[in-house]
Amino acid sequence: MSKIGLIIGREYFTRVKKKSFLITTILVPLVIMGFYAIIVAVAMKGNSSDSKQRIGIIDEAGIFSDTAIKNIDTAKYKIVTGETEETFVKKYKDQGLFGFLYIPKFNLNKPDGIVMHSQSSVGLSRTMAIESMVSKAVFLKRLQILGIDPEKYKDIDATVNVQSTIDTKDGSKKSIAGLAYIVSFACGILIYMMMIIYGTQVMRGVTEEKTNRIAEVVVSSVKPFELMMGKIVGIGLVGLTQFAIWIILVGILQSLLPLFMPDMMQQMGGDGATAVKSGIMAQVSEGLSTLPLLKIGFLFIFYFIFGYLTYASLFAAVGSVVSEDQQEAQQLVFPILMPIILGFVIMTRAIDAPDSSMAVFGSLFPLTSPVVMMGRVTYAIPIWQIAVSAILLIGTFLLLTWLTAKIYRTGILMYGKKPSWKEMMKWAFRKQ
Amino acid sequence: MNLLELYNLKKYFATQKAVDDVSFGIQQGDIFGLLGPNGAGKTTLLRMITGIFYPDSGSINFNGKPFNTLKDAEKIGYMPEERGLYKKMKIGEQAIYLARLKGLSTADATEKVKHWFSKLEMQSWWNKKVEDLSKGMSQKLQFVTTVVHDPKLIILDEPFSGLDPVNANLIKEEIFNLAKNGSTIIFSTHRMEQVEEICNHIVLMNKGKKILDGTVNGVKQEFKENIYQLKAAMLPEHLMTDVFEVVKLNNNQLLLKLLHESKPNDVLQYFIQKNIQVESFTEVLPTLNDIFIRQVEGTETARTFQHIN
Repeated sequence: MSKIGLIIGREYFTRVKKKSFLITTILVPLVIMGFYAIIVAVAMKGNSSDSKQRIGIIDEAGIFSDTAIKNIDTAKYKIVTGETEETFVKKYKDQGLFGFLYIPKFNLNKPDGIVMHSQSSVGLSRTMAIESMVSKAVFLKRLQILGIDPEKYKDIDATVNVQSTIDTKDGSKKSIAGLAYIVSFACGILIYMMMIIYGTQVMRGVTEEKTNRIAEVVVSSVKPFELMMGKIVGIGLVGLTQFAIWIILVGILQSLLPLFMPDMMQQMGGDGATAVKSGIMAQVSEGLSTLPLLKIGFLFIFYFIFGYLTYASLFAAVGSVVSEDQQEAQQLVFPILMPIILGFVIMTRAIDAPDSSMAVFGSLFPLTSPVVMMGRVTYAIPIWQIAVSAILLIGTFLLLTWLTAKIYRTGILMYGKKPSWKEMMKWAFRKQ
Repeated sequence: MNLLELYNLKKYFATQKAVDDVSFGIQQGDIFGLLGPNGAGKTTLLRMITGIFYPDSGSINFNGKPFNTLKDAEKIGYMPEERGLYKKMKIGEQAIYLARLKGLSTADATEKVKHWFSKLEMQSWWNKKVEDLSKGMSQKLQFVTTVVHDPKLIILDEPFSGLDPVNANLIKEEIFNLAKNGSTIIFSTHRMEQVEEICNHIVLMNKGKKILDGTVNGVKQEFKENIYQLKAAMLPEHLMTDVFEVVKLNNNQLLLKLLHESKPNDVLQYFIQKNIQVESFTEVLPTLNDIFIRQVEGTETARTFQHIN
């Protein structure tokens, strides 16, 4: 028994002590965060320098020139009169304009032919701003023609917010659909990625031991099953360690975020930024408190561990039958990846329709349940479904491990030709 | 007493009778040579002795008791033909890890690894990785990891391949020392000159079956062809006699084969009668290499696939 501990220890410490582990665990999330920060910063900056230069408008359609409509921000736009498209093309640069918008005479029911002239390309956000501004102008013009007072229209216009409330035994709670969605999706994608990443590591580790012929030395000291399980458990612990570090990192970053980003927050929302931001923060924390976090955490750990174990034994079996040829490995890995990917697809649907028959099936079927169940985790799942899913998953894990261990035992000592599926099946179902 | 006894071991694979009804015993302290051409079933046999494979039928006794894979594995050291080590692991750490897998405590393992490293002048390797070692160096390391836990039975599959003469001698000395201290050594190879030099007991396998079993000398006696070498001051061109026939004549050296029931003395008498001065007269025993080739000859060099019911 202590020998499997030794193997787990070796698998764990050789990986955790590697520089690449530190890099992927600590640096990657930081780099991603930094990347996002840079993107946001660049987007903000681009916007502000952009908006310093005004844009001219030649309004032949007369949608802005009407005195009744005053919806132009004169800091950003300037109505140009007495010019045509052709003549102004040569002049706008000298007048210090970034570009100009040409609005030809058009049928108000079918406004087209509007052109934006500029010397450099126009940013997406600016194009959208211009489009919404012109659309609004056309809209107001139409109101005017129909004889509807814009103020009155505003009064008639309705926007409704539907607040969802979950009724539990402890009373009603507000829920935030978006947040539940994000939590579900994040859990599902984490399990999905971890199963693939760590499963592949198990496979590579096994192939390495086989091609280095160390497997032969080790299995003369321990049972092949101990070597396989030691590797699977050791690598799984590396995964859990990585989770733990990430959770701590996220915690630290969350408390640091306001320190080096307040500037950005302000720019993002203009004057109302702080109010909006604190509102969002309050909403998020309120929303989090409504989610059954303990249940989510428990199910996440459970499905991560058993999902990983189930697939890791399959990956180990594949690793044991292939040689150094990576192409062989890819061919054999494909059938294993299929159900994982299928699970991911069902999971994205399950988030929208957690009680659909497809979602229920996917969360019970043991090869997809680890990922699909995460899609339903923020909703109330009937206890019997969780129980059945868990029992099926554990049963599948035991069965697959028992079968793959036999493939593994034969595979790690076989060199040369890759065995066929038929041969592997024969190994798996052989008596001893 | 026999340390290891094999009774009617069989192991069939899908297309091969890899080991087909093999029995023999190995005495404690023996240096035992397991010989055979490629594909004779040596590696499969060794894997059954190390507990990696279960025999299809037959049994193994180790130290007087039926072989127990788990308990007896700690008393066996196995160095497979294809060397195996973790390339990225530090050498000292790796040797200790492998020793602990054989049941040593960390303290014991560290002490013994250090002892062997200094014995074979490997101390400076401790913090290096296996990938930094040359083939011969990793061979030495592999040998240390095989014997570090003082196994009763040491199985070496081609231990000298890739070693220069100096290191090969070093390892050879250690093998003799280990045998002197009571370890039993199984030595699998097809390098016959090494077997003659090192082993005292050999078994020759071919196509999964045992075809020879005995001491090196016994086997040679069994296969001797009554050939003698004679050196004389002057030899006549034509030697006509019914005592022996000439195998080869080269100046004053003669290789002869006794005919009928003649004895060596008859040969000497013949030369004395002819008044030829004999300078030396020795029996020429066949080399193991000759015996090996003669036994294996005529069978297919490579095993063909066969159908097994």
